[in-house]
Amino acid sequence: MIDAAELGRVFRVRRQVVHAVRDLSFHVAPGEFVACLGPNGAGKSTTIKMLTGILAPTSGRIRVDGLDPARRRTALARRIGVVFGQRTTLWWDLPLRDSLELNRLLYKVDRKVFRDRLDELCVLLDLGAFLTTPVRQLSLGQRMRGDIAAALLHDPAVLVLDEPTIGLDVVSKAEVRDFLRRRNAEHGTTVLLTTHDLGDVERLCRRVLLIDHGSLAFDGTLDDLRALVPGRTSIEEVVTDLYLSSRGSPRTPPLPPVPGGTSGTA
Amino acid sequence: MIRTYALLVWAWTRAAAQYRVSFALMAAGAFVIGGLDIAVIWVIFANTDSLAGFGPAEVMFLYGTSELAFATSDMLFGNVDRISQHIKAGTLDVMLVRPVATWAQVAADRFGPHRIGRVVMAAAVLGVALARLDIPLGRAWMVPVMVVSGIVIFTSMFTLGGALQFLLTDAPEVANAFTYGGAMLNQYPLSVYDPRIVQGLTYVLPLAFVNWRPGLYVLDRPDPLGLPSWTGLLSPAAALALAAVAALAWRAGIRRYRSTGS
Ligand SMILES: Nc1ncnc2c1ncn2[C@@H]1O[C@H](COP(=O)(O)OP(=O)(O)O)[C@@H](O)[C@H]1O
Ligand SMILES: [Mg+2]
Repeated sequence: MIDAAELGRVFRVRRQVVHAVRDLSFHVAPGEFVACLGPNGAGKSTTIKMLTGILAPTSGRIRVDGLDPARRRTALARRIGVVFGQRTTLWWDLPLRDSLELNRLLYKVDRKVFRDRLDELCVLLDLGAFLTTPVRQLSLGQRMRGDIAAALLHDPAVLVLDEPTIGLDVVSKAEVRDFLRRRNAEHGTTVLLTTHDLGDVERLCRRVLLIDHGSLAFDGTLDDLRALVPGRTSIEEVVTDLYLSSRGSPRTPPLPPVPGGTSGTA
Repeated sequence: MIRTYALLVWAWTRAAAQYRVSFALMAAGAFVIGGLDIAVIWVIFANTDSLAGFGPAEVMFLYGTSELAFATSDMLFGNVDRISQHIKAGTLDVMLVRPVATWAQVAADRFGPHRIGRVVMAAAVLGVALARLDIPLGRAWMVPVMVVSGIVIFTSMFTLGGALQFLLTDAPEVANAFTYGGAMLNQYPLSVYDPRIVQGLTYVLPLAFVNWRPGLYVLDRPDPLGLPSWTGLLSPAAALALAAVAALAWRAGIRRYRSTGS
């Protein structure tokens, strides 16, 4: 479904060359659920932008559903859904329903099919209460659910999400996660998301891509990731260790447990 | 592309229609501002009978044709040269992942129906001028050709201005030197681009084709430069050539687009 081979992207910023992504190769099969982890500036968003055709790679090769994204961007747009956690794909001043209807027209989705899909998404994402509210008045959690609905109305085979849970409260996060997991299980939609929230990864994905300094630091299952750094139990510790070691910092010894423990005292 | 444009313009018009009073006020404002230029012409002709050999009706004709072309183009497509705002806000990323033409999305974004006020004023001026000039049918057919060519030319200039912003945002120091003399180099990593500069240029440069040469033909005046009068008929060809250049530049711009690091 997604095929990247020696993918690279450089930016020239005032005579300096920034290697945002370098030599990145991975393959995602149809129906997989993959999380892309990495510290700030690792190159996750740049990778997403190359996957969706927003940016052309400066080296290597990428195929999504058989298409070269930068060259066939509009054709690919019909087959993928894209969600940016940091910005909305909805029209700020229009009510959510109008935004979705406009998307229906732009994606040329049949009216009847659209109604059925919207009904389903309304139930699963609980959109009913704010369908007539202008997007700018929605809370972040509501807006994110609206954005996810908009990305799925044309029933894409692949859903790409850049930090979909950023800034969400615990309840909204859980709603988004539950929905994505169901969508992947029931519709077989291939999902690739980036996140800083390790809770997302533990609840959602079997497979993790760890990106650091633009290259792939790890590709495998969560259990393999844990096994990589023996002696660490939580996924947080494992990832922190990997980040630190990739920066050349020495591995910090495990912290002693907090006296009195952390449970039941709050 | 036309369908996309129409759908988005309709959505924005409906959004604007929720504020009827403000729409009416803004349209009236645009109408009055368009009228100020006419007042200037009026004042000039209160003191003299002819301007460089042209009478009041002829000046109104020349003004009316170019102003109608500019006002229409600005109302319909003027937003394409505001693309640097979309680049900075990241909304261009969003437009690029939709399965429709980016140009149409940018042109239709925040479509302001109130700008019709200025179009109406320009049309009125042209109407009055034509009524007073009594141009024979054999040359009058050139008037709509002039206006349509003008719309194409101005729209191409807006598009070129937009395409240029992809390059300028690529080279922040150039862009800033251009706009602010480099004073704000570090404050604005991406170019903050003043659309008025390009609007000034877009108004002056193509005027010769939009207005002056074919205008002389319609008015049956000899060219002071001595060019034969049929050169006045070249404006549609010039418009198409410019549109082709603008389309290529736009495509090159999109390919060079580098988004923003967030
Ligand atoms: N448009 C751009 N221009 C210049 N540098 C960029 C641009 N986009 C990203 N970068 C740089 O590339 C690197 C990777 O950025 P990004 O992909 O946004 O990281 P992430 O999403 O993993 O936090 C960063 O060093 C960033 O500064
Ligand atoms: Mg990012």
